[in-house]
Amino acid sequence: MPLLWALRDELGMTGTNFGCGIGNCGACTVHVDGNALRSCVTPVSAIEGRDITTIEGLAQVAGGANDLSPVQQAWIDHQVPQCGYCQSGMIMAASALLARNPSPTDREIDAGITNVCRCGSYPRIRKAIHAAAATIAAANTV
Amino acid sequence: MNKPKISRRKFLLVSAVAGGGVLIGYAASRPSRHRLANDSLASGDERFVTSWIRLQPDNRITVYVPHSEMGQGIHTALGQMAADELDAAWELVDIEQAPATDLFANDAIVKGFGGELLPPFLMGLVNASALTVARVANLQTTGGSSSVRYTGENTIRVAGAAARQMLLQCAADRWGAAVDECTTELSHVHHSASGRSIPYGDLAEAAAELEPPVEPVLKDRSQFNIMGRAISRRDIPPKVDGSAPYGIDAHSEDMLYAALRLAPVFGAKLASVDATEALAQRGVRKVVELEDGYAVVADNYWRAKQALELVRAEFTPTENDGVSSTVLAERFDSALAEDNGSRDFESGDADAALEDAQDVFEASYRVPYLAHAAMEPMNCTMHIQGDRADLWTGTQDALAIKSRAASRAGLREDDVTFHHSYLGGGFGRRLPFTWNVIDHAALIAMEFDVPVKTILTREEDMRQDYYRPAVHSNFKAALDAGGRVTAWHNRFTGPIQVPGAAHIPYAIPNQSIRVVDVETHVPIAAWRSVDHSQQTFFIESFIDEIAHRRGTNPYQLRMELLQDHPRHRNVLQVAAESAGYGSGLPEGRALGIAVQESFGSIAAQVAEVSIGEDGRPIVHKVTCAMDCGWVVNPDTAEAQIESGIIFGLTAALYGAITIEDGRVVQGNFPDYEMLRMATAPEIVVHLVESGNSLGGLGEPATPPVAAAVANAIYILTGQRVRELPIGDRDFSTGRSLAGRA
Repeated sequence: MPLLWALRDELGMTGTNFGCGIGNCGACTVHVDGNALRSCVTPVSAIEGRDITTIEGLAQVAGGANDLSPVQQAWIDHQVPQCGYCQSGMIMAASALLARNPSPTDREIDAGITNVCRCGSYPRIRKAIHAAAATIAAANTV
Repeated sequence: MNKPKISRRKFLLVSAVAGGGVLIGYAASRPSRHRLANDSLASGDERFVTSWIRLQPDNRITVYVPHSEMGQGIHTALGQMAADELDAAWELVDIEQAPATDLFANDAIVKGFGGELLPPFLMGLVNASALTVARVANLQTTGGSSSVRYTGENTIRVAGAAARQMLLQCAADRWGAAVDECTTELSHVHHSASGRSIPYGDLAEAAAELEPPVEPVLKDRSQFNIMGRAISRRDIPPKVDGSAPYGIDAHSEDMLYAALRLAPVFGAKLASVDATEALAQRGVRKVVELEDGYAVVADNYWRAKQALELVRAEFTPTENDGVSSTVLAERFDSALAEDNGSRDFESGDADAALEDAQDVFEASYRVPYLAHAAMEPMNCTMHIQGDRADLWTGTQDALAIKSRAASRAGLREDDVTFHHSYLGGGFGRRLPFTWNVIDHAALIAMEFDVPVKTILTREEDMRQDYYRPAVHSNFKAALDAGGRVTAWHNRFTGPIQVPGAAHIPYAIPNQSIRVVDVETHVPIAAWRSVDHSQQTFFIESFIDEIAHRRGTNPYQLRMELLQDHPRHRNVLQVAAESAGYGSGLPEGRALGIAVQESFGSIAAQVAEVSIGEDGRPIVHKVTCAMDCGWVVNPDTAEAQIESGIIFGLTAALYGAITIEDGRVVQGNFPDYEMLRMATAPEIVVHLVESGNSLGGLGEPATPPVAAAVANAIYILTGQRVRELPIGDRDFSTGRSLAGRA
């Protein structure tokens, strides 16, 4: 069984969403050992013993005290979500991108975020990723 | 547009006649309804001042919003409208989804669209469910870009203003003061002469005893405190931590899951089923046979979905088994060739003008079917327990969906409890009249006494949609010896879903616009902006053709023919200037322009386009000037415009649902591609406040973008785009007309 359905149907964790079922749209993106993976095509058997983070646990993993990670906060500051259904996956994808590339260029964002947003929140996602990158950089220089 | 003007006074009077009582907004138009709201939904000392607004003793105010939140920010915008008229403190205002009961049905929409002019996509509800026209008033529809301009203006603001007036009256009575000596601010009534003030909450009980004022005075724009501000949306925080509930998230321990397969050819029936292998799979409980398909029910969705592939089924043959998109295109073309159609709009004598013309030219356009492809696949959960049921689904009309599911399950409407959730996209797919998932979920749930969640796979979602229609449109134009455009002649395939979408604002003296209805077996419905998405591509491309034919700059021709439309001219000018129209561009780029009025707003767009090394078009930037009258929340307004542009551009570049062997070919995102980060253009938005009455915003940004891009491609390559989509078309062989615009 893919991780997506184990999360949703077995564990009742519904923050990770079903969009396409073929690993294309990214609505189901989670972190496995810190890397963004599409859980709808990731068998549970393949992730045994590895660290899984979903949107529900992102803030906790990202930094302790705050209720929101810098990426989530940037998503609110830039009023990114519309229908919001793709945004768990977007936030997970963006967080993984920033973890491996703390200051991505527009081109690197294009290459790194391939998820679908049917509401077209892409211009705001771009701004929010740059803002989150700045927040993280500022926190690291203190 | 010859839509009747709706004055608030007229609306109130009409409501008074219809309801037979005093009124505020809609709710108070029937005192019985107001009482019912207090009896059924208020508890303790709470009172409904009108049934849209609840005032609590702790001074908090709840605004009940009858529309669905699908990302357009409607809960926040309508909350702002009520709170501002009430002079409430924004942080004391809560916003809740109105329950799906006819207490909160919304006739402001019916009135807003003007009675008989209710667009066919909403009238479909009446036909499809055999409701009487009177019952249309029991809509909770979110569609037609109507929430703010009709519900907000005619109901929520009126209710807010009435409530404020009642609170003033109560305070004045309590203090023995004159009403006009009292003022309101931040959820308090003040009496400056005596220095007294009192929170609204302390007046709630007394206010509930008052008769609402007949015609409360709304604020002037200069008096707004909360409207017009870019207030953060209330629905966003739960959308960044995974806690926002969507219909598909309905969950219980004992729940079962259904995967559905419907007849691939629309109209076919289930002939035979062999479920032996599917039933032998782990976790599979049942294979439910339906009239036009079957469902596998299992203890989780993955098992149901896997076993679905193991069911062997046959469907009845239909007369459409051999139909393809090519066959349908031939049918459309021959219908247009053989039939002069029925009148949509005529003025002057277009035939005579074509006869007398110096120059006549023709062009044929076409667009394909489009799927909605909302990110949340269609789904519905129902739990039937004897003579009552619970229902969960994201919908653009909870009341209609509840009624439909109840009738399918053989229950009374009042015995079904609807549980609201956010929508993972709507775009018209979750309107009433597109019933298939609701119907099937109800029938499947009848087989069990636990909740059953029916989810369409992405492939079924795409192949069992109700599509934006494929449309062909033929044009002729006439120019006289002086270069005057003397005739506009248009024949297009119907049916029309939104009257007026094929009409033009241009001052062309002789016009003949006629529609030829063509039947197909492919189900159609409203798709964001409805007929405007195709008609604007046709009209704004052909007017561009006329400009080039005459040797006039396309912007200049539009301005010349829009003398009687100052709002159109204004947005065109704002968009053109902002985009740098007519000034230097980087090598290899061109600007295309388009303008369209829809849903009461006027949008002009300029697309900056180049042709890539592979010959494919690249859209770098879209500039939009939007006149929606005035703006309730500038940030959500901009978001809707960005969204509408990307939705329209996705269709222009990639959108095509094709038919082979009677069935839809495309099944998932690789073959029904979407714009993504790498292909989404920069978007620049200008909100132009003309002060006219409020226009819609959910849809009006979608129509112009296809023509704007196509018009730029013509300048770059000399190739006229007359068919969409174009994202994979090779334009590299074209000659450049750069410098002409």
